[in-house]
Amino acid sequence: MTSTPQHLPDRSSVDAGDGSVTDAVQAPVLDVDNLTKSYPGEPPVQALRGVNLAIGEGELVGIVGPSGSGKTTLLQLMGTLDRPTSGHVRIGGLDVASMADDDVAYLRATRIGFVFQQFFLAEHATVLDNVADGLLYAGVPLEQRRQRAIDALELVGLAQRRHARPTQLSGGQRQRVAIARALVGQPAVVLADEPTGNLDQATGQSILALIDRLHRTGSTIVVITHDHAIAERMSRKVEILDGQIVADTGPDTGADARRRSPAPLARPAIHAPQAAYGGPVNHEPS
Amino acid sequence: MTAEATLTRKRLQLSDLTRLSTIGLRTRKLRAGLSALGIAIGVAAIVAVLGLSSSSQAGLLNEINQLGTNLLTVSNGQTLTATPAELPTTAPGMIGRIPGVQQVQTTGAVSGADAYRNPYIPSVDTNALTVQAASLDLLPVVATRMARGSFLNAATAREPVAVLGAAAAQRLGIDRIYPGERLWVGGQWFYVAGILKPAVLASTIDSSVLIGYPAAEKYLGFDGHPATVYVRARTDRVDAVDNLLAATANPENPNQVNVSQPSSALVAQADAKSALNGLFLGLGAVALLVGAVGVANIMIISVLERRPEIGLRRALGATRSHIRTQFLSEAVLLGLLGGAVGVGAGVLSTAIYAHTKNWAIVIPTEAWAGGIAASLIIGAVAGLVPALRAARLSPTQALWSV
Ligand SMILES: Nc1ncnc2c1ncn2[C@@H]1O[C@H](COP(=O)(O)OP(=O)(O)O)[C@@H](O)[C@H]1O
Ligand SMILES: [Mg+2]
Repeated sequence: MTSTPQHLPDRSSVDAGDGSVTDAVQAPVLDVDNLTKSYPGEPPVQALRGVNLAIGEGELVGIVGPSGSGKTTLLQLMGTLDRPTSGHVRIGGLDVASMADDDVAYLRATRIGFVFQQFFLAEHATVLDNVADGLLYAGVPLEQRRQRAIDALELVGLAQRRHARPTQLSGGQRQRVAIARALVGQPAVVLADEPTGNLDQATGQSILALIDRLHRTGSTIVVITHDHAIAERMSRKVEILDGQIVADTGPDTGADARRRSPAPLARPAIHAPQAAYGGPVNHEPS
Repeated sequence: MTAEATLTRKRLQLSDLTRLSTIGLRTRKLRAGLSALGIAIGVAAIVAVLGLSSSSQAGLLNEINQLGTNLLTVSNGQTLTATPAELPTTAPGMIGRIPGVQQVQTTGAVSGADAYRNPYIPSVDTNALTVQAASLDLLPVVATRMARGSFLNAATAREPVAVLGAAAAQRLGIDRIYPGERLWVGGQWFYVAGILKPAVLASTIDSSVLIGYPAAEKYLGFDGHPATVYVRARTDRVDAVDNLLAATANPENPNQVNVSQPSSALVAQADAKSALNGLFLGLGAVALLVGAVGVANIMIISVLERRPEIGLRRALGATRSHIRTQFLSEAVLLGLLGGAVGVGAGVLSTAIYAHTKNWAIVIPTEAWAGGIAASLIIGAVAGLVPALRAARLSPTQALWSV
């Protein structure tokens, strides 16, 4: 499963006409290599036991496994929020192990977006500023942050509610705001831990539909879930058990044509989001 | 995606830092206000104490200046055998001839004479009053005026007529002049013509019963020797006159003469800091300490409560130093808030009190600047440990332990 550098052909040499080859060999945006993580204790908890996984640009990956199988731990390591006991995490080819903490933080600011089960929105701030804060630590000036936040909110269908407070929104809308915050920096990969875990069935479905739409317009997204039904909806499904990957449907190769559509936050698409993404996405049950 | 070779770390812009450091203040206003209260009280106490003592000092100096700093007094000292020396009767005339001397007035202690309301009062109850013969233009020279009635004049100075100093009138229980009001002075009735206002520059006059020189000689056997000579000199000649006074007043025994400048004693008094100031400053310092503990306490609680926010910020790319700076600035801001309120309250109370006393409002720079600086430092010190804790928090624990 690991994509080792010597197997990676130069991008220019890839035959664009044959999609099945193109995606399989693209440089991964995120790859982990023989990853282990043990938590101190008596005895120590082996949360991950040698995980190899490469995620290519534009993939939508569902990582599924029962509770305690190590999903969250894997997401924390992939998201550089924690350091592995052994093994390597590379973001866009950069090995995190060799980087100083502050550089890793900047990597998170610019390359990784997070979506959490509990949304983690600031109640005192508007929807717009919650999303704009996704760019705060990337060194983007406030005006630009807000402008790009509006763009990201259009993407999730909440631009109209940008002056509302999170407390005035439904759970589904809050998760949309959190997704917009994850997307606002145009990260290489969005990592979502049980993004529908705090939502009812129907609202969860609408969030999954949004994730699918974002995937179809080029975003790279990893969704962690204990629910096989949710993982089935992803274009690639990775099963994890006891800290090891036990099944992987492999990189999604079937639909690369849709990945050629403009990146979600590329400027031309911004002002016609409804045309590009098939109308407003605000159809949650009330 | 493009792999940037160098990852530039970003420092927060000041406007962003300001916004971040006010989150706690904006979302928990009451708590922020209460935690800053200790510092506010401490700074207010210190500013008010320093402001009040400066304002009262300025008021006093102003008063002294209005009374005039060019008054010099010459009084009889002691002989070698420690008995009171006498000023020669020629002294006032000689002093009047010193260049620069503008006015010379005298009082002379009438020995053996005491003043009572009536003859039946035991002679030991003198009320610590002295009977003094006074020259007729004394009042402007010692910078006082009549409170009631009128002063001695050429006619009343020859008659058994007395004028009371402010304290003397009080001790005798006389606050009004009724026709026929009289005192028993040296075995003789004296009519009361008037009561003086306090003579700040010549306080011995306050506790005196003043009568005319001729009357003193005629009725009380006074020898006519002045005890105190009050001299007003030209402002630019005060020091020169001062130097000549002793030798001029008593050329034979200049060292038996005391020369003083009453205003300088008052200035020294005004400069002396009240012992109470130290007490209040100490209390202010204690309040500041309590305030520091309050801010530290609130910040620690705030960091605990805001773990998810801290974890989220780390996930959004905040470095430990970003987090540390955010919470440290919040503590400094809390301190400054307390300091600013404290300075305001201190200045206000000084202003109100100074207004009632008719003093100019003087707030020393070191009081308000020091108050602000102290509150800033206290905020920083109190916020240091909480900020370090916030920065040390692991993002995974902060985000997944909720
Ligand atoms: N901070 C931690 N300290 C100790 N053990 C932990 C910690 N985090 C997770 N674990 C343990 O590691 C294993 C994997 O946990 P986790 O990654 O949360 O699994 P999942 O998300 O699949 O439920 C579990 O046995 C869990 O108890
Ligand atoms: Mg989990």
